[in-house]
Amino acid sequence: MPAVQDTVDRVRAIDVDQYKYGFETTIEMEKSEKGVSEDVIRFISAKKDEPEWMLEWRLDAYRRWQTMKEPDWARVSYDKVDYDNIYYYAAPKRPAAMSLDEIDPEILKTYEKLGIPLREVEVLEGIAPERRVAVDAVFDSVSVATTFKAELSKAGVIFMPISEAIREYPDLVKKYLGSVVPVTDNFFATLNSAVFSDGSFVYIPPGVRCPMELSTYFRINERDTGQFERTLIIADKDSYVSYLEGCTAPKRDDNQLHAAVVELVALDDAEIKYSTVQNWYPGDNDGKGGIYNFVTKRGDCRGKNAKISWTQVETGSAITWKYPSCILRGDNSRGEFYSIAVSNGMQQVDSGTKMIHLGKNTTSRIISKGISAGRSQNTYRGLVSAHKKASNARNFTNCDSLLIGDQCGAHTVPYIESKNASAVFEHEATTSKISEDQMFYCQQRGLTNEEATALIVNGFVRDVLQQLPMEFAVEAQKLISISLEGSVG
Amino acid sequence: MADVTNLRTSAEAGLTKLFEVARMKFPTGVSIAREEAFRYFEAVGLPSRRVEAFKYTDLRAAMREAAPPSPVPAAEVVTAALAEAKGFAGLDAVRLTFVNGHLIAGASDLDRVPAGITVTTLNEALTNGDPLLDRLAPVAQTRENPIYQLNAAFMADGALIRVAKGAKVETPIHLRFVGTGATAFSTATRVLAVLEEEAEATFLESHEGPDAIAYQPNDALDVIIEDRARFHHTRLNVEGTAAVALSTIAARLGAQSHIETVNLVVGAVLSRHQIYLHFAGGNATAAVNGATMLGHGQLADSTLLADHAAVGGVSRELFKTVIDGDSTGVFQGKIIVEQIAQKTDGKMKSDCLLLSDDGQMMNKPELEIFADDVACGHGATCGALDDDLLFYLMARGLPKPQAESLLVQAFLGEAVEAVSHEGARAALITEVEAWLARRG
Repeated sequence: MPAVQDTVDRVRAIDVDQYKYGFETTIEMEKSEKGVSEDVIRFISAKKDEPEWMLEWRLDAYRRWQTMKEPDWARVSYDKVDYDNIYYYAAPKRPAAMSLDEIDPEILKTYEKLGIPLREVEVLEGIAPERRVAVDAVFDSVSVATTFKAELSKAGVIFMPISEAIREYPDLVKKYLGSVVPVTDNFFATLNSAVFSDGSFVYIPPGVRCPMELSTYFRINERDTGQFERTLIIADKDSYVSYLEGCTAPKRDDNQLHAAVVELVALDDAEIKYSTVQNWYPGDNDGKGGIYNFVTKRGDCRGKNAKISWTQVETGSAITWKYPSCILRGDNSRGEFYSIAVSNGMQQVDSGTKMIHLGKNTTSRIISKGISAGRSQNTYRGLVSAHKKASNARNFTNCDSLLIGDQCGAHTVPYIESKNASAVFEHEATTSKISEDQMFYCQQRGLTNEEATALIVNGFVRDVLQQLPMEFAVEAQKLISISLEGSVG
Repeated sequence: MADVTNLRTSAEAGLTKLFEVARMKFPTGVSIAREEAFRYFEAVGLPSRRVEAFKYTDLRAAMREAAPPSPVPAAEVVTAALAEAKGFAGLDAVRLTFVNGHLIAGASDLDRVPAGITVTTLNEALTNGDPLLDRLAPVAQTRENPIYQLNAAFMADGALIRVAKGAKVETPIHLRFVGTGATAFSTATRVLAVLEEEAEATFLESHEGPDAIAYQPNDALDVIIEDRARFHHTRLNVEGTAAVALSTIAARLGAQSHIETVNLVVGAVLSRHQIYLHFAGGNATAAVNGATMLGHGQLADSTLLADHAAVGGVSRELFKTVIDGDSTGVFQGKIIVEQIAQKTDGKMKSDCLLLSDDGQMMNKPELEIFADDVACGHGATCGALDDDLLFYLMARGLPKPQAESLLVQAFLGEAVEAVSHEGARAALITEVEAWLARRG
């Protein structure tokens, strides 16, 4: 059935024209020369005051990248990036700030405008959101501020820009960097390995439940720059961390590249919850401008009973190419992927997940909701695979798509590969199968089939989204409130 | 990913040589299309797993050498081969018998074709420039399929079958393909069925051949179902144990027409059956089923493309795969709903039963939707036999193998029951039982 008017109105209300974060900050920047070369990489490495091994690592990645070809299998078409015509490093000219007072006031203003709390005091006094969130703010190529570092370190939690971690905790970084997403994983990941400039590093020691949410806020500001951040999160045995990521960029007529790599490692009994609200500038209604979001995100449940959960609300970017995945290596480990992808205007989304079952009794769950409007194309692409030794692996996948208008497209490309007889995989596209017990319960109380379905799925997703800071939650709530009416597999 | 230029394999080079020889011998009809088809194939080569549509079925690796096209077999060879032919034997049908890809008039019922049906052999048609030749390859997407294009380049024999407007033919047409030989050979047959408006007909297809010989059949069935016509089709693959069997059915559906096609796979070391449906007229319906039973070393690939290009089409696809030994099942299904195809109702399902620890199943059910008022869904499941059900049956005194057989039969039954021709359905059930009996 076609989408009901209410749904149409709601989606219109979050139209691309209303992109609120499209302003630009005028600030003096220091940049590398345009293009990528060994010299540029040496420049970035020197800027970060990196040890020799890191530079070698980058140069090795760069040499490999030169032999690689941009992937073309995704269902997106775009003008190819001119890799020689972008800046790979851009940082505010002022010297690195030791305290908030030293940060360029223009940058502070920018984050204020974006609603990101950089002042711990305000947060503590309850002026800003009630929930306490430690923020690492990344502005183009550098981290400009990281809050609550002291309090976190009391708990033993390391939360700092990755460039600092490379200097201060080289052993940890060496051990885990590139261990989940290998240097040569794919074209964009390899490029990132060569030129990544900043991002967050998190280490949660054994037995620690991180006392507050951690978050990174990415902002692309400078013209003609690419953002290549690298995030590495390690949850040691029996620890827990919830991490949030947000991103915005100014409105511009040309496309900008964002090629990030996120690596998560969960050891025995550890849990990582990773949430993203992706709101890069999507381009205008005719598809002019916008961010190319080519991101590699992967979590490795390396220990037994480990758990990694990805939640993403995708509303921005002109082109999205992103598949947050879980490698379920440890026995009894669990991977989850909850996604809401809304595309409008001329946006193209090709996103999904991979659940790779290697260990025994591993379970995974995929809930994906794609909503396409305008002239956009929205593709879910996912892989669920059970290797030979993954006995008793379980997967449940549910993906719904909703089309609003007849100019857009919604596509589903699931791969389900089972090499173990005791693995049970279910891939469902019909919403009525979510849980018959729950449906029955709701229907008994007078809800229609549609209402009950919406209630269950929304309740389910909302549960995870409520973890997000307020600024994100408002946007996210708007999206989830879109009913499931008229959805197709 | 590094840019790799594939070297031409020995099989590819062999095919080029074979084509150079074969093209001289073919009658001139469709010679331009033949050339074009082969040029396409030459450009893309045998697909490897780097080609998305062949991700799970690596033809480049599976076809090491190109087997030469089989010549017309001698009369005594034909007699010996047919004496052993089992496919749909004993069923009352009008038979068109092909031995090693050549229509054998003496073993076919060309003289007792029912009223309303006309049959022209492909050879005749090519020689005389039959106008029906223009209607070959009714689905555009097949032009980008190397298997179908190889068939188009090499098709040596086959038939053009026309079912006249309004004719309802009760007796099924049985296309009987039998292979024979002590060394590897290849065949390429093409059958075109045109069902004119409101016609109705049943087609049976059986494919069998010698065990332990790596022969390479490549068969294509083109079907044009005009408005309100109904086409029933049951296909049986009991190819020999070493065969690399490629096949395609490409159907174009007119308004309010109907197609039912069921494919049962038991044979061949590697088989790939491709189904192309093009919904050209509004409110057409399709029921596409597959039942596959695999044992040691086999790979069976069912690849489906349902292209809804008109309003109100209904498609139902159900594929059941039973995996034993170290075999591999592949299902790739794609439903496309074009922008004009509002009110489309498409449901696709692939279920797999893994009976052994070494088997594997690859499922890829895709949807590509450009219309907003549609109901489309797909489902895929994969797992072992339900322990509770087994326990239930065993508690009632059935030994484990029997209990397993019963459950497998029930599992496959859902796909086989869709066959509307009673005799054909019974024949498929017999095949399922025979497979289970062999499994022991």
